[in-house]
Amino acid sequence: MTRTFKTATRRGFIAGATAAIAAPAILRATRAYAANPTLRIGNVSPRTGPLAGFAEADEYVLQAIQQVFSAGLDNNGKTWNVEIISKDSQSNPNRAAEVAADLILGDEVDIIVAASTPDTVNPVADQAEINEVPCITTDCPWQPYFFGRNGVPGEGFETTYHFFWGLEDVIAAFLDMWDKTGVAKTVGGLFPNDADGNAWGDAELGLPKPLAAAGYTLTDPGRYQPLSDDFSNQIAAFKAAGCEIVTGNMIPPDFATFWSQAAQQGFNPKVVTIGKALLFPSVIESLGDRGDGLSTEVWWSPHHPFSSSLTGISSKQLAEGYTAESGRPWTQPLGFKHALFEVVADVIKRADDLEDPSSIISAITSTNLNTIVGPVNWGDGPMNNVTKTPLVGGQWQKSGDAYELQIVANSTAPEVPVTADMKLLG
Amino acid sequence: MEWLNAIVQGTLLGGLYALFAAGLSLIFGVMRLVNIAHGDLIVLAAYLGLTVTTATGMHPMAALVIVVPAMALIGYALQRGLLNQTLGDDILPPLLVTFGLSVIIQNGLLEVYTADPQTLNAGALETASVAVGGVSLGILPLLTFGIAIAVIWGLQWTFYHTALGRAFRAVSDNQDIAQLMGLNRRHIFGLAMALALGVTAIAGILLGIRTSFDPSIGGGRLIFGFEAVIIGGLGNLWGTLVGGVILGVAQTIGAKIDPGWQVLAGHIAFLVILAVRPNGLFPRVSG
Repeated sequence: MTRTFKTATRRGFIAGATAAIAAPAILRATRAYAANPTLRIGNVSPRTGPLAGFAEADEYVLQAIQQVFSAGLDNNGKTWNVEIISKDSQSNPNRAAEVAADLILGDEVDIIVAASTPDTVNPVADQAEINEVPCITTDCPWQPYFFGRNGVPGEGFETTYHFFWGLEDVIAAFLDMWDKTGVAKTVGGLFPNDADGNAWGDAELGLPKPLAAAGYTLTDPGRYQPLSDDFSNQIAAFKAAGCEIVTGNMIPPDFATFWSQAAQQGFNPKVVTIGKALLFPSVIESLGDRGDGLSTEVWWSPHHPFSSSLTGISSKQLAEGYTAESGRPWTQPLGFKHALFEVVADVIKRADDLEDPSSIISAITSTNLNTIVGPVNWGDGPMNNVTKTPLVGGQWQKSGDAYELQIVANSTAPEVPVTADMKLLG
Repeated sequence: MEWLNAIVQGTLLGGLYALFAAGLSLIFGVMRLVNIAHGDLIVLAAYLGLTVTTATGMHPMAALVIVVPAMALIGYALQRGLLNQTLGDDILPPLLVTFGLSVIIQNGLLEVYTADPQTLNAGALETASVAVGGVSLGILPLLTFGIAIAVIWGLQWTFYHTALGRAFRAVSDNQDIAQLMGLNRRHIFGLAMALALGVTAIAGILLGIRTSFDPSIGGGRLIFGFEAVIIGGLGNLWGTLVGGVILGVAQTIGAKIDPGWQVLAGHIAFLVILAVRPNGLFPRVSG
């Protein structure tokens, strides 16, 4: 069998090469100067997978936001159409990076936003930083965001900005709650071997130092692997140390395993304050009667005395609106998701030149906005590219058949009213 | 005393792992099928249990009466309708099909039940315990261990003292000759899968009482099941129980040294046994 190869000819080569060189001149994407220019916003969130609880209110929030945006936003006397393109991270950091790259390079978004845990926020922000696209993120403590992305204090990042609270706030809120109870100052720590757990348990930046400074002794058996089936060693260690308080940062299945094993093995702490696992009403409901009295941090609640800069509704109205629409109890990410788009809208209105990313970034840095989760102002953050919103301490208390997250300690943010007294477990 | 506690708790944990693994061991023993969707089928059983308990107000243990036959039916239908078409000389197609099944089950559950963590509310059973010689033992883990022994004894008895067991062993030894002798291997495989998923149902309900579950946790459970099967020796049911216990004890002893070593210690025990005895401790069938 013979094969014939098409031999390259001089003419063919020149024609091809010329076309290749000339192509970019013709094919360059140009903006259509039609009626109104369009600004694209990319939105990455974990709609499915283990983190889906964080994004369950996404649809409700986006619907309201799109309604506001449908009339276009004013920028320097010109009306811009705003298009939001949402993509699902599937709760997977690799997938989050992939869809972020897709939004930046494929959809050519002008601003990218992301929310919900370091697993979503960090990969998206990293992609934005590499591709020099303005990026605003929330719903992840700032230490895992900043140090998890190898941020250098004093230098920070070029195009990526974040608003939420930090470990120092969560520690202050936890200590505030514990001080009110008057229980023995012996604390057992449960920290998993993941981004959050390592940050919380870190000897320098995490809980150990401030707890010691406040007179608490911390028993930390070490980092466990998430989705652990057995906590009997931790329970034995806490029992031996006489711990009356248990704290940590866990995922819901791990907490449920720990909590039933603790009861089986006769360990009954008086205060249990856990980050992450106890945020959602569905988790507390699933614990049955043993959910009553568990405590956690509160980043946003219907009791927060703030209202939306975009729609004017109060925290209470936002929560009630969501419950009415979905038939489900409000969750904390609801407020932050709304606030994220408040900040975006504010930036779009103020930027000098929306065609120029650096102008959008300077609008982000000069943000000073009162949102539904509190003031957002990157001028007074604890670290470059980071600013903080208020955080208080809350406890799940049974009222009738349902659990309600009551605010029990507010010395960290006195503007948020206390709604109930802290109770002891058992 | 603390070490004793670690060993006892690990042994009880081994009972749960053995239940995870028994179904895998059975399926592999009879038809050389590696079921990647096994972990997700456990979670599916837990959700079926949830549906039954919330719809009827039954105790989760009582719900077994409904969930076990339901899962067995699903197993038979799955085997006859799907998996039998993939079985052959090549082990890759069934592997890929069950992998796909795993993805489908996960996302199906997510669609129907959302990502909310759920538990099966077993009331006092969840937290009850007895003190034995200074070690506090949960009733639920004890019950799990007892059920694991009973299930494995039951499977073993079925295998060696019933006509069905003889059929299982016959198709396991040589499918073609068994077929020539008048056994319909497709039907036998269906029954084996039904039996395996019946066991899976028990594992799922016990898992759902022990901890909270959501659609995504199945995969994480699969690896312990596989390890228990391999440690004990392929196709040997009592070996699977021993494998589960070895894995559980290795994990709790690792955790006693440092919680970070919990999972690692289990994997190391697995690797050591694999290195010393590549066919597991009590192999009955060769690869």
